[in-house]
Amino acid sequence: MGEMKPPVLMKKGAEASLYLADWHGRKVVIKKRLPKQYRPSELDTQIRTYRTIHEPQLMHEAKVAGVPTPTIFLVDLKDSSITMEYVEGEQIKRLLNKVSKNERQRLCFKIGELTGKLHEYGLIHGDLTTSNMILNSEGKIFFVDFGLGEKSKELEARGVDLHLMKRALQSTHFRFADECFDAVMKGYTSVLRTEPLRNVLDKVKEIEKRGRYVAERREKE
Amino acid sequence: MTTKKTDKACCLGIESTADDFGVGIATFKGEILANVRSDYVPPEGGIHPREAARHHAEVADKALEEAFAKSKIKPKNLTAIAFSQGPGLGPCLRTGATVSRALSSYLDLPLVGVNHCVAHIEIGKLKTGAVDPVTLYVSGGNTIVAAFEGGRYRVFGETLDIALGNCLDVFAREAGLRQASGMPFGAVIEKLAVDGKKLIPLPYAVKGMDLSLSGLLTAAVNLFKKKKCRLEDLCYSLQETAFSMVTEVTERALAHTEKKEVLLTGGVASNKRLQSMINDIAKEHNASFCVVPSEFAVDNGAMVAWTGVLTYTHGVVTPVEKSFVKLRWRLEEVEVPWVK
Repeated sequence: MGEMKPPVLMKKGAEASLYLADWHGRKVVIKKRLPKQYRPSELDTQIRTYRTIHEPQLMHEAKVAGVPTPTIFLVDLKDSSITMEYVEGEQIKRLLNKVSKNERQRLCFKIGELTGKLHEYGLIHGDLTTSNMILNSEGKIFFVDFGLGEKSKELEARGVDLHLMKRALQSTHFRFADECFDAVMKGYTSVLRTEPLRNVLDKVKEIEKRGRYVAERREKE
Repeated sequence: MTTKKTDKACCLGIESTADDFGVGIATFKGEILANVRSDYVPPEGGIHPREAARHHAEVADKALEEAFAKSKIKPKNLTAIAFSQGPGLGPCLRTGATVSRALSSYLDLPLVGVNHCVAHIEIGKLKTGAVDPVTLYVSGGNTIVAAFEGGRYRVFGETLDIALGNCLDVFAREAGLRQASGMPFGAVIEKLAVDGKKLIPLPYAVKGMDLSLSGLLTAAVNLFKKKKCRLEDLCYSLQETAFSMVTEVTERALAHTEKKEVLLTGGVASNKRLQSMINDIAKEHNASFCVVPSEFAVDNGAMVAWTGVLTYTHGVVTPVEKSFVKLRWRLEEVEVPWVK
């Protein structure tokens, strides 16, 4: 323990702080869910504990489903911290706006495939945004941040997952949101077996229409 | 606001998206000379759009007169007429639009259609001095986390079903609470929640940067009907759970956009507990916390007048033939050329 370098704060996220650390000679990320002053402590403890337990479980299962995720080394519930492999690479969020159209479509197709694999296996990511995807030097896309994920094969949960992906593209990659989402759906379709595509697409539309102000609804008026 | 006003360019704004009919007058420099509101309080139940629209039609002339009297502006000295073109309830929007078209054609002034959500953000910036904030806009009809990016206000998070204010209102009605002018349901719940002691577990549904409140509402109403919980505890738990959810998504947007200001607006913004929660996350991310004063956080005419000024001075007007109301006009559909 004595020779370990102290952890360095890498990113202060909304929900957790990420520290870069050395763990028995390995470069690791320690994800620590710090207490939130704004919510009552019972609720805070409940949320942090639940997510700290479920996130590593889902990440492990995602691997089994064929979706690259960082390997988990240690889970500390007292601390609500997770120690995991550091993935060398770049966030898709930073890449997507600067690569060529072909490369963008290829990446989005790949993201769609990985999402399809997750869903096919019965996993829901819960926060599919391009900041939660990392492209490593070998060209593999890693999914991270499963804190809001769940195990479900329900059409509703799958639809919400895809709807969130679409919304993230619209807010962060608004210039090519539509072409990106189309490519995502193409990749998604190529692996999804247990559900007819039509059902999923209809569900995404239906979820969208539940929102307050939606163009599709307006056209009918 | 005692300077000579007649030589100033002014815009009149009409707000009528839901239960409020508002008339505001703003100078091109951003002074608010009048902000008259008349709210429709239904005798029971929620807002009936037709009844609210009838109320708006009845009070329109008085509200206009009062605004002119307060501002000491003569109708002929106005420069433009702005109105909330959407989103909102059809009959209410149409009433405001009709009044605005009539004024515009009678006074021969340009008409400016304004997006209600943009107006909330713009008056918030004007009144608090915020420049480039992450905005949490929470009201009876909206729950939106938005920030400026690439020429428009982008929606980073929003409710997947009902709005926060709606959730509180419906719970209050189901629990048999009464509201009054000046004491809306939200304030009644806030008061009861102060005496809440026990946190009752309720569904917490954050999905990415979006959230869902309908399950929370159903669970709270069911618990009330079983009559096993104190109403104060239920109000407290409902507030704590719902506010924690909106605060979590706001914090997500703040971390994601790395902006340095948080603006809290909309009818629910006056809730002290919500204010303290948003203040906490602002501090946490070294951002400044700006809460819009109540008069300008609720639906009001001044916000429409001021956004009308911004729109008009950037060369955008709405010809009468394009002044149809837009019931579901999304925030991110609007270009905001005045924001750099």
